[in-house]
Amino acid sequence: MTAIAIDALPKSESPTWRRFRESFRRHPTAIAGGIVLLLMILIAIFAPWLGSVDPQAVTPIRRLKPPSAEFWFGSDMLGRDVYSRVLYGARVSLTVGIAVALLSTLIGLAIGLVTGFVRWLDAIVMRIMDGLMSIPPVLLAIALMALTRASVENVIAAITLAEVPRVVRLVRSLVLTLRDQPYVEAAVAAGTTLPRILLRHILPNTMAPLLVQATYVCASAMITEAILSFIGAGTPPNIPSWGNIMAEARSLFQIAGYLILFPGIFLSLTVLAVNLLGDGMRDALDPRLARRM
Amino acid sequence: MAVVAFVVFSLLYLTPGDPAAILAGDAATDDDIRRIRAKLGLDEPFFVRFGGWVWALLHGDLGTSIFTNLPVTHLIGQRIEPTVALTLCTLLISVAIAVPLGVIAAAKVGTWVDRAVMAFSVLGFSVPVFVLAYVLIGTFSISLDWLPVQGYRPLREGVWQWFRHLVLPSTALGTVYIALIARITRASMLDVLAQDYVRTAQAKGLSSRAVLLGHALKNAAVPIVTIIGIGIALLIGGAIVTETVFAIPGIGRLTVDAILRRDYPIIQGVILLFSGAYVLVNLAVDMSYMYFDPRIRY
Repeated sequence: MTAIAIDALPKSESPTWRRFRESFRRHPTAIAGGIVLLLMILIAIFAPWLGSVDPQAVTPIRRLKPPSAEFWFGSDMLGRDVYSRVLYGARVSLTVGIAVALLSTLIGLAIGLVTGFVRWLDAIVMRIMDGLMSIPPVLLAIALMALTRASVENVIAAITLAEVPRVVRLVRSLVLTLRDQPYVEAAVAAGTTLPRILLRHILPNTMAPLLVQATYVCASAMITEAILSFIGAGTPPNIPSWGNIMAEARSLFQIAGYLILFPGIFLSLTVLAVNLLGDGMRDALDPRLARRM
Repeated sequence: MAVVAFVVFSLLYLTPGDPAAILAGDAATDDDIRRIRAKLGLDEPFFVRFGGWVWALLHGDLGTSIFTNLPVTHLIGQRIEPTVALTLCTLLISVAIAVPLGVIAAAKVGTWVDRAVMAFSVLGFSVPVFVLAYVLIGTFSISLDWLPVQGYRPLREGVWQWFRHLVLPSTALGTVYIALIARITRASMLDVLAQDYVRTAQAKGLSSRAVLLGHALKNAAVPIVTIIGIGIALLIGGAIVTETVFAIPGIGRLTVDAILRRDYPIIQGVILLFSGAYVLVNLAVDMSYMYFDPRIRY
């Protein structure tokens, strides 16, 4: 990942962005991913107006009804409308995915920039990151969630903490190569202050690979959220999320498979869309790599 | 490893949620809770507890489960066989499928074979383990009735039964891993196939099979084994979910149960165990570099 990302460094700014747009046009899968993702975001925003009812409304006489004209995706064991729950569930997954991508990129960027330039900090911080990285990320998120109250904010915090070390690694490796570039040495020689070098000279050149990394973080965060909710350590049951809709259907899947099928399809589609978008961006930013991956 | 131990312990110490209160139940008074806390040593300062924990750890003692009062090592020992069977089985099947897939895709780069492998790889990344697991159960166990729906049979009850119960869990768990390895194998092979020595080998008339396997694959091996090692993290996270879906009584189930009861010692023990296994596997991977690339020396 790291080595790949270094290769992805743009040589100069404006041709990169032109190339970016051109290759984007040449990648129909990335476009398709973008459209699906946009659709999901619209669904999440407009969930209350898409023919849905209150996702928490219980109708005990209509329990476990298979999909029909009234319940498009069927109803669950409490008689709640699965279609509405799945639409509202898009909110949780997308919020978690996007929030984790933003937060872990920002935190990782800040830590990575500073440790890449300040030698003595580097050794200490990287040991801590190594320690965190040696715990499988899903496991780390599970442990954190086990010890806090179940809430969407805590899910975001737990997954962010599990993802940050990888971003730090990427940023640090980028900074380490950039640091020895002649233009940075020139800036140092000219007496530019450290914060200014970091912000003006280093930061812009880490953006492209970070953007690609952020989409992958987003995809993996959505899967992690679903896993956490699925094993009962994630989003609380009073907020419908794709993970906990499936968790509640766990014992019922033999008689009501649709309870798992619909949120499963939505989740898989969204993650697929984000991944395709990420692949498209990576190819666009590094045409040499496009042939290989 | 020391850092891992420290991080694991402080995480569990710093986060809120009081096991004494849970253990005591709803009817307990503050006094009861305080007594339980004192008995479990939960009221001692951070470093005293950490010191005690590390000391016990070095003696192979992971503490006692707060809930069942059994030693954590005992609980883990009871549950370890299914988890080891599941992960090893998945690991072997995945590598056996993914590496040839990647090699073939690289050899036929640009053709429909290549595109199919890459499409599978993106899909594999995107479908979560448990969704795939339910699709597999729905197809092969319920509709076709070929394989058991859930459960686990120990190896000593017969290899065939054991294998039948592991096929679906391993497939579900292995798909992401196969996708990852196939992708890296293909990329690494393409890098190597562009090298001069590969052209030389082709020029001297070796069969394409000999070139691919004898010359290219070995030189492409370092990134492949690296990703096999790193990917173990996916397997470990996925195993917890897979065991829940397939009702396999392994460590993953133990973890999920412990989470619901806030049984700290078990959670600490399991994370330490998994992280330890992860670190060891990756150490072994680092060692294997010497075999694949004799220029690397430690």
